Amino acid sequence: MSSRKIVVTGMGMLSAIGKNVEENFNALTQSKSGIGEIEFLDTLHRKDFPGGEIKWSNVELADFLDLPKIHYFTRAALLGAYAAKQALQQANLTTDFKQVGFINGTSVGGMDTTEKLYSKFKNKSENFPFIKAQHPGFTTNEIANYLGINGTVSTISTACSSGANAMMMGARLLKQNRLKQVVVGATDCLSKFTLNGFHSLRILSSELCKPFDEYRNGLNLGEAAAYLVIETEEEAQRRGQPILAYLEGYANANDAYHQTASSATGEGSFLAMQNALQEAELLPKQIDYINAHGTATPNNDLSEGIAIQRLFDKIPPISSTKAFTGHTLAAAGAIEAVYSILGLQHQCVFPNLNFKEQMADLKFSPQTTFKEQKVEYVLSNSFGFGGNCSSLIFSKA
Amino acid sequence: MKKNGYITSSVKLKNHQIFKNDALLFKTEPHISTQDFLKEAYRFLEINYPKFHKMDVLCKLGIIASCVLKEDYPNDTALVFQNASGSEVSDVQHQKNIQDFPSPANFVYTLPNIVMGEISIKHQLHSENAFFIAEEFQPQFIHLYTESLLDQKKASAAMCGWLEANLDDYHVFLNYIEPRGEDIFSAAMLSEKFLR
Amino acid sequence: MSNLRLQLKEKIIEQLNLEDLSVEDINNEDLLFGDEIGLDSIDALELIVLLEKDYGIKLTDPAQGKEVFESVETMAQFIEKNA
Repeated sequence: MSSRKIVVTGMGMLSAIGKNVEENFNALTQSKSGIGEIEFLDTLHRKDFPGGEIKWSNVELADFLDLPKIHYFTRAALLGAYAAKQALQQANLTTDFKQVGFINGTSVGGMDTTEKLYSKFKNKSENFPFIKAQHPGFTTNEIANYLGINGTVSTISTACSSGANAMMMGARLLKQNRLKQVVVGATDCLSKFTLNGFHSLRILSSELCKPFDEYRNGLNLGEAAAYLVIETEEEAQRRGQPILAYLEGYANANDAYHQTASSATGEGSFLAMQNALQEAELLPKQIDYINAHGTATPNNDLSEGIAIQRLFDKIPPISSTKAFTGHTLAAAGAIEAVYSILGLQHQCVFPNLNFKEQMADLKFSPQTTFKEQKVEYVLSNSFGFGGNCSSLIFSKA
Repeated sequence: MKKNGYITSSVKLKNHQIFKNDALLFKTEPHISTQDFLKEAYRFLEINYPKFHKMDVLCKLGIIASCVLKEDYPNDTALVFQNASGSEVSDVQHQKNIQDFPSPANFVYTLPNIVMGEISIKHQLHSENAFFIAEEFQPQFIHLYTESLLDQKKASAAMCGWLEANLDDYHVFLNYIEPRGEDIFSAAMLSEKFLR
Repeated sequence: MSNLRLQLKEKIIEQLNLEDLSVEDINNEDLLFGDEIGLDSIDALELIVLLEKDYGIKLTDPAQGKEVFESVETMAQFIEKNA
């Protein structure tokens, strides 16, 4: 059963640095960040906190998707549908979805819609269908309906590791021969809920975030959606579908330390990385690039850095791409999986922007420039509140 | 060769009653608040864990259930939970709080998977966690997912089931699954126990 | 005991849900984040909210919290100085 290799045959995404995979890649090679002043989200904090916002309004997004005038898509659903469609197209899945599943990660789901309409529900009955949008499954179902997938559809909500966990679950369903293909990934939009909530935890930076820098002072929020189409190698070969990358290993572990803070030893992240390597039957030294979680909060980067130092004798090029996109919460694991695969496809590693000074408590500095190099295996980390740590390993096709 | 898992313990919290393996372990008057029921259960079980009082309803339910289910867990016990309302109780509280001063502690509990974090901290579990949201308990799905974790040796044991709390009510049904036992772990068995 | 100190203890117990503690259990000099009271980082954030909500004092630099929230005594002195 475990001999069934899982391959990626389609990718789609949009984020603050681009509306598709290619645009994202170009921005990454040019060190062009998408973080700036928030325009669309109606917040009092526009001047206080920069964010990685996608500069398309909901009306524009609905237009691109050819939705009818009256529709019930939340912003997360709009972003998700747009990204997932690209992935299906690349994987050449256009008509027969009988054995295709959809596993979607999201943390806020339709929270933005609730924020806008909560006070109006009493008087405006035309908004009633949106009451259900508060449920994260609502957003998932809207995307699934748009894609035409009506079989196995599920929502995973484990905070900022949701996207990575969606991929793990999709891979398991394939290994059990339950489905032929699975669309896996995540979507999250900016919302007042997360902006204000993270502000109450004092972990937002008023500047551009500086992952792994001694003077890092918090994260920038972002929004994004990304999906992969995964299937078994056998099935891809049968369809004559080009393979973009292999999903070699994945693991999830709990830090068991604190609801939000990561432990000083990085136990959860250490175990996630170690177990993913074990499943992939790889040694740490075989990893050529680490796409770190690297949120730029003092706590995360220290804990993750310590865990990496514990596992790797020699530390490979490592970067957090969150200074490009902001921390896109549930979507982070999904967009960073796409970036990891881009590194494999183009044989390169991406820069960790805004880094100046090495952390006093760590022995390594991140990669600060775009660099072409040999990349066989990439490790991608995603950690969420609740101590939920996940690692994915991709290899070159 | 695929090996079966076994349900060796189960716990249910419903209508202010706690059942362990279908036997009534504890109950309070039905008319008291859920918070008071939880506090009395905490005292009755002598959990002695001051952090308990800071938790939201979902986490308190999870901690009580996990303490009834088993005393000690191997630290690679996986958690596979499902519910319908996510963290609704804390979401609504947060909505009230943000009218003036948002509470950081309350915000944290607006994530349903925090309960898995709290259970992991309490019992020192460094295992795999998954929290799924669905309108109804899906025994087949939970069985499939849990069994695949055990099959692939991702965990030596698992705690799985339904952990629901909403504004009106709560309903907890958790099971401990391990490689040896009497009751074979199956979707039908989960379903039967859930309704029992 | 001064009223402010007593009041602070009551508020801390209530705000942070320290069910098992009563006002008598907290000495003015006890380390709030040490073994005696055992508060954590989220509690520290709640104390920042408490200062702002009940005493109108805004702590702009979270790092400042470390000294201010050392004990009930340091909190009281900080409030007396800034209120």
